[in-house]
Amino acid sequence: MRAFSELFTRIDQTTSTNEKIDALADYFEHADPKDAIWCVALLTGKTPKRTIKSGELRDWCAEVSGTPVWLLEESYHVVGDLAETISLLLKGSDGETSHALHEVINSLVALENKTDEQRKAYITGMWRQLGRQELFVFNKLITGGFRMGVSDKITIKALAKRYSIDENIVAHRLTGNWQANETVLDSLMSATDDAADISRPYPFYLAYALETAPEELGDVKDWQIERKMDGIRGQIIVRDHQLFVWSRGEDLLTEKFIEFEPLAKLLPSGTVIDGEIIPAKDENFLPFHVMQTRIGRKNVTKKSLMEAPLVMVCYDLLEHDGVDIRHLSLMQRRELLVQLIETVKEKEANIPLWLSPVLICQNWEEVAEQRLKSREYNCEGLMLKRKDSEYKTGRRRGDWWKWKVDPLSIDGVLIYGQRGHGRRADLYTDFTFAVWDGDELVPFAKAYSGLTDKELLEVDRWIKKHTTDKFGPVRSVTPELVFEIGFEGINASSRHKSGVALRFPRILRWRKDKPAKEANTKADLMDILRVYGGLYDVS
Amino acid sequence: MLTFNQNGIYCAQADVYIDPWKPVDNAIITHAHSDHARWGMKKYLAHIHAAPVMRYRLGQDINVQTVDYNQPITINGVQISLHPAGHIWGSAQVRLEYKGEIWVVSGDYKLGEDGISVPFEPIRCHHFITESTFGLPVYNFPDPATVHHDINDWWRKNREEGKNSVILGYALGKAQRIHKHLDPSIGNIYTHGAVDNVNKLYEAAIEPLPYARRIDSSINPKDIKGDIIIAPPSAENTPWLRKLQPYKLGICSGWMQLRGTRRRRGADRGFVLSDHADWGQLNTAIKQTGAEHIYVTHGYKSVYAKWLQDAYGLNATEVETLYTGEQLDEPETTGGEDAGI
Ligand SMILES: [Zn+2]
Ligand SMILES: [Zn+2]
Repeated sequence: MRAFSELFTRIDQTTSTNEKIDALADYFEHADPKDAIWCVALLTGKTPKRTIKSGELRDWCAEVSGTPVWLLEESYHVVGDLAETISLLLKGSDGETSHALHEVINSLVALENKTDEQRKAYITGMWRQLGRQELFVFNKLITGGFRMGVSDKITIKALAKRYSIDENIVAHRLTGNWQANETVLDSLMSATDDAADISRPYPFYLAYALETAPEELGDVKDWQIERKMDGIRGQIIVRDHQLFVWSRGEDLLTEKFIEFEPLAKLLPSGTVIDGEIIPAKDENFLPFHVMQTRIGRKNVTKKSLMEAPLVMVCYDLLEHDGVDIRHLSLMQRRELLVQLIETVKEKEANIPLWLSPVLICQNWEEVAEQRLKSREYNCEGLMLKRKDSEYKTGRRRGDWWKWKVDPLSIDGVLIYGQRGHGRRADLYTDFTFAVWDGDELVPFAKAYSGLTDKELLEVDRWIKKHTTDKFGPVRSVTPELVFEIGFEGINASSRHKSGVALRFPRILRWRKDKPAKEANTKADLMDILRVYGGLYDVS
Repeated sequence: MLTFNQNGIYCAQADVYIDPWKPVDNAIITHAHSDHARWGMKKYLAHIHAAPVMRYRLGQDINVQTVDYNQPITINGVQISLHPAGHIWGSAQVRLEYKGEIWVVSGDYKLGEDGISVPFEPIRCHHFITESTFGLPVYNFPDPATVHHDINDWWRKNREEGKNSVILGYALGKAQRIHKHLDPSIGNIYTHGAVDNVNKLYEAAIEPLPYARRIDSSINPKDIKGDIIIAPPSAENTPWLRKLQPYKLGICSGWMQLRGTRRRRGADRGFVLSDHADWGQLNTAIKQTGAEHIYVTHGYKSVYAKWLQDAYGLNATEVETLYTGEQLDEPETTGGEDAGI
């Protein structure tokens, strides 16, 4: 584990992307292959099963370090990360250890079936042996969430460098069902076993939000304009007459989406479609939350199948007749996609695959008009895709843009501040906002993003000076500051005191010009709900 | 004998305040950092090495009487003396004795040698006023010698990669401490004007520092290559700093102990180098005073006071709103020294 914690230190001590890539590529080359694959797994979020609870860690650390539990809790609030707090309290030994990363992970996983005494003995025993940096790494392995400031993109670039292969290929090989303890990095990255995992999806191509006026994209005729659906981005894969449905979060959701079952027989083997999974009824899309409730449930009920049948709105075709066609132009892929869907519909008219409609616009003004109609279609805005674009990997600028509608907004009063986590653990950065209901302030949204770093510091200082009460990490403050809160959608909710639940609330700006009494009211929220609200109660 | 009022820490018998934050007639100043030595007092009393900085910062015309450590003066029966606090050069604890009762106001302090200030001297007393900037057990600072070694290694490595090393530290105290421990055989040392101004005062009062050049209009930034530049935190994100590219950025502060803070500051390297006592030092210092009554000021006041009550059975109370800097409130905006920078 020493090499791995040295890697961690090297990455932690630089802000340069290239240096991070170099450090990783070095590690992949020189580390024990069994460790290297675990490193990739940890960095891409494939964390081992957690076998120790936070409470146990706290109790054992309090005992070993001689720190009262209340003081440990206070420290944790300030540090914001339990693994780091424990490492700092234990100080670490000066000795050297020679535990391999994969052995430590296997030992941790094996603790699941051990007695409490054995579990405690293993953890505290390791604590006594490890140096401070190793301690931190060890504790992070226990608590999970090991990202160490490395994005998927950096990991992919480092692997591409180490194995001298294209980033797109790396990204593809990293997706899917592999297990760190069943393979090694060399075989995961080598082409020969590509066929091994027939469920493997392609990495999604994601768009950035449009950064300029659309006119600057050039001639509208070079662009394919589609609606940006508000559902779950996913891939439908049929290979070997088997169906796999993946979400963008890389969850295999085949079982949850039983509507797609017939596709295993209807679609030709060697087909991968990229699209948006969305509830729809009688040719109309239903709001997103209708599906959310269903995904949360273990079993799909008949009722929910009737109320919210799912379809995939098909955007793109990535694999055709078993061939990866991502390098073809969007026009060519679209043509193949249209043919495919038409052929299947001839066999079975009622399939849950809808072609994403292409909007015909003569100029950018017409595009802008279409964008304004987005909410009528329960859509988030438009997608602008260059007609000659290939299907890339990850979030890229240039060929694909999303042009969302402006969010709905309302002015709320700041009433609570809560300490942030991780990077922002020492600042009050999570806010709760309220609207007026007569003389009373009713909380309606929590939001933590949208302010600049400078504003965050300013609000943090203000909160510390205007605290009226503290409970745990939360402070209530005098109701003075007003913020404009934007959101993507609104639904009635009996769980919330305000009577509404907002989707993706965030801070649009600080209304320094407005006194608290001029903030919006609950009645204003109800007006928005009437106009834009979903059809169902999510409570 | 001492009370806390809206102006600061007050001794009515001697009619004198210690580190007051509102204009008063008589002020004893523990050290020249801006949240302790403020403008507007009719008369100041400070250590001989604090006075030049106070004059530089508050105006040459301030009325300041100077004393050395362990040189008692008596005001209306109260015997007052200054003792080394080890925080920065010229920093002092204030000891006040009246009819056998002894109070010590420690200001800011740390234990151990830093090479530029006279080390902290433990003083027996009945009432001890302590800071708690790093009053949590997660703050265990490494041996400063190791940190200075790391800074030089870092400089050497950056130089090999053809990069400058910009190191940020508070201009008064931290900058001289960093400077003194640099290895001039690695390359040239440059200073930001704000650092150079204080360095000149240090050299006039105490001793010369390793040779360094002030970055002014006579220097062409292109000639600075593989060198180290000492600058105050306020230089971060300024055009001045951008001229020194390519560079690596290091920050020296006790707050760098926490990974979150390190990352939020966006520095390449955070060096844990503090002029404040860490958890262990606070506890040691307080036990050595033998004091029964402890007053906890700026920092993790309530937590630390509770710890002193629970762990040592001391009569510890937190004192509200003495100094402005609470934790990490203002490191970015003012570079206040209670941000430990
Ligand atoms: Zn100070
Ligand atoms: Zn201070």
